[in-house]
Amino acid sequence: MPLLWIVIAVLVLGTIGYVLGRRRAMASAEGDARSLHSLPNYYGLNVLLFAVVPALLVLSVWLLVQPVVIQRQVVNMIPDTAAQSAGELSLVMSDVRRVADGLDRAVELGALSREDARTIRTEFTNVRDRLASIGVALGDEVSSDVLRAAQRYRVLKTTGTIAMDAVVLLLAAIGLGYAYARTHKELRARNVVERAVLSLLILASTIAILTTVGIVLSMIIETRDFFRLYPWQQFFFGTQWIPSFEGGSELGLIPLLWGTIYITFIALVVSVPLGLFSAVYLAEYASSRLRSVAKPMIEILAGIPTIVYGLFALITVGPMLRDYFAQPLGLGTSSASVATAGIVMGIMLIPFVSSLSDDIINAVPQSLRDGSYGLGATKSETVKQVILPAALPGIVGAVLLATSRGIGETMIVVLGAGAAARLSLNPFEAMTTVTVKIVGQLTGDTDFSSPEALVAFALGLTLFAITLGLNVLALFIVRKYREEYE
Amino acid sequence: MSDATAETPRKSSLYRTSDRVKRRNRSEVRFRVLGLTAIGIGVAALALLVISIIGNGYNAFRQTYISIPVELTADRLDPDGNRDADEMSRVTTFGYAPLLAQSLYTYLQDQDISMEGVSPQALMAMISQEAPAQLRRSVLDNPEMVGQTVDLEMLANGRIDGYFKGRVTMASAELDSNVTPAQLQLAQRMADAGIMATRFNWAFITNPDASGQRPEAAGLGVAILGSFYMMLVVLALALPIGVAASIYLEEFAPQNRFTDAIEVNISNLAAVPSIVFGILGLAIFINFAGLPQSAPVVGGLVLTLMTLPTIIIATRASLRAVPPSIRDAALGLGASKMQSVFHHVLPLAMPGILTGTIIGLAQALGETAPLLLIGMVAFVREFPAAPPEGLFDPTSALPVQVYNWTQRADPAFVERASGATIVLLLFLVFMNAMAVILRRRFERRW
Repeated sequence: MPLLWIVIAVLVLGTIGYVLGRRRAMASAEGDARSLHSLPNYYGLNVLLFAVVPALLVLSVWLLVQPVVIQRQVVNMIPDTAAQSAGELSLVMSDVRRVADGLDRAVELGALSREDARTIRTEFTNVRDRLASIGVALGDEVSSDVLRAAQRYRVLKTTGTIAMDAVVLLLAAIGLGYAYARTHKELRARNVVERAVLSLLILASTIAILTTVGIVLSMIIETRDFFRLYPWQQFFFGTQWIPSFEGGSELGLIPLLWGTIYITFIALVVSVPLGLFSAVYLAEYASSRLRSVAKPMIEILAGIPTIVYGLFALITVGPMLRDYFAQPLGLGTSSASVATAGIVMGIMLIPFVSSLSDDIINAVPQSLRDGSYGLGATKSETVKQVILPAALPGIVGAVLLATSRGIGETMIVVLGAGAAARLSLNPFEAMTTVTVKIVGQLTGDTDFSSPEALVAFALGLTLFAITLGLNVLALFIVRKYREEYE
Repeated sequence: MSDATAETPRKSSLYRTSDRVKRRNRSEVRFRVLGLTAIGIGVAALALLVISIIGNGYNAFRQTYISIPVELTADRLDPDGNRDADEMSRVTTFGYAPLLAQSLYTYLQDQDISMEGVSPQALMAMISQEAPAQLRRSVLDNPEMVGQTVDLEMLANGRIDGYFKGRVTMASAELDSNVTPAQLQLAQRMADAGIMATRFNWAFITNPDASGQRPEAAGLGVAILGSFYMMLVVLALALPIGVAASIYLEEFAPQNRFTDAIEVNISNLAAVPSIVFGILGLAIFINFAGLPQSAPVVGGLVLTLMTLPTIIIATRASLRAVPPSIRDAALGLGASKMQSVFHHVLPLAMPGILTGTIIGLAQALGETAPLLLIGMVAFVREFPAAPPEGLFDPTSALPVQVYNWTQRADPAFVERASGATIVLLLFLVFMNAMAVILRRRFERRW
């Protein structure tokens, strides 16, 4: 683990810098901490930061850039005849990497000398057998181009790593020396250190932005590739979902979207009345004892992982619905069905609806209730005619959030809804959703240049856009129509 | 006056409820009942879920074993006779299997247990396919065992095990090509003779996964370790980053567009479907950065990004709960803004931050969908090495293991999946209880 060692080396340098800086500051103040500008520790930290931060920054940038540069250099060595398309090129490159790793391993185990690994040629040796003998399995016979590319790759990688180590250590030493030389009792060490800490804090808070950018970029790039291979009209308006990895697949979004919407609709039919009624009861009627028991019980439902709901759908709810409803009514024989997934998802969504609504109902001021009672309304009339209208925007927001949660839900539908893409109205039939197909197309060994795998990114982007739209809409409704009470 | 009232009775009276009031009162009762029913259904659903998982899963914690003396004949296991582990490792599990079958056969004969209707092959099939492999491993570890007769406890086949747990019955065995009623009767006789017994199954917690034909040997060891490694990564990354981001946003950030952008981003990330994070992990960490598939480090990174919003929201709430007087007092005594935050505000907010972190970790522990996309579904039997190298080894994770087992054909895996869910839920209950205790003990009301 050479990377770990270089990091440790930098940290050790930093620690040495800390001790030296602190000592030098104390010496410049002749041992009297009162004449220093900052507390002695800040002088040490100042040196430590100068030694560690630039070195580690360069290290991480280098680690990101080096593979790209090496890739460029090596790709040029592969003749155009060996790889026509981008997909083939990436396959050849992964071969190159595997051969290079194999050579590394051979050198490590002593099966090849360093010199041999650099000069070995396919014309004289069967590289595949040599590598197989030390447990590195290669799929194809190694062509001489690939071997040369792999050797070049190794050389570049080794020199790159050595250069990186040298640069990083040098930088750490320079930083240490510079900060050490500047250390003096007049130096405003605390201000420097605090500015550095502040920029670390800012850096940490930009991670959220970086994540969003990463999500959007990664999906947009792959989706663009997908739409190059597959027309977007057929994706958005196609009514057939028949993927086949031999090519000629039909990848229409409509049946997946239908399944998603149907299941989410059933989930809402279950969860909105249940959630709303329990929220109203807990807020308006329940004694504090019932509330203290029932509220946490319902909130436990929100803490249960979705895989557990999925298992519940698979082993309990699915067979129950099939045996007591679908088969007697002659509606279907499948235990995985829209109704199964919808009902279980509805149970999962109860706490989302109820605890959000509970907060909103509690925010309606008591004076509104008192006014209603004063006019002679019963409690339920107050709830129906005063409280719910006042809380409506918040409740609509809560329902929209629950919808977005349901649309993005994966494990319940993977285990409860089935995998057959169809457009049907029968709730006891198996249907499938966008999320199920994302999982289906991306699990296992996938070739990332085929439309069948890339379609998952287009599905992901669609999903992301829909849920984002719902969340923004929910936020907008809550903000726009919220009643401001004194 | 008095006769006027007697002649024309008043239409309404407080003493007599009118129809309209009755109707309104009835609707009031109806409303109440509806509310109670809704709560009742919610609680009943929770109860049904827990009962169904426990009812299906508790059997995974018990396993049927066959205990017999086995003679480890030297000419079979060590043909050269020099007890060299390398040479002995050339004898595969196929060399060990007949040994077990032979021992079982002779032992049953000695004990006068009738093997009516059970052929030697069928007798062999009552032993788990895992048993020879286990015996081989222990023999290779202790070559001096060869030539001796040892008391061996070996796993019974999954169907036989299912018979003692009520999953397999005589009626279902008639229809099942993998087991016959005669085998079950023999198993019953063996159990009566004390050769076969069902007892607590530690192997379920410690063993790695096993292939589809041997559900009786499948365990959660690798998955628990993988989940633990991922939680380490999440804790090491999400806690410092989340706390740093919250401190900036709550204490230092000026009111401007940049701050607004961050805040909007954080609240959006909290609502992004988890599977989208899986796509991100696949595209960036695996395809772009070239990190290995199925590795805890990738899972940990993805879960970190998912957990960050939870931790940031909790941390900001507890930073906000620290009264301004603390900050003012520190500033008044000459501390810098940074010192007031790090020396005074942060320690006071720590219990709330830790509670939020534990709840975030609990969420991350149960998350499945993103892990499916980064290759965690792979069948992994090797335990990962110790960290840090182990973070790059392929592993599984608890919730993914549940998913994995639901995809297998043998119904015994339903029991395993439910058992794994029980383990997962126990971990979650433990973590949430810890969060509650932390909050109760250290939370301060100002």
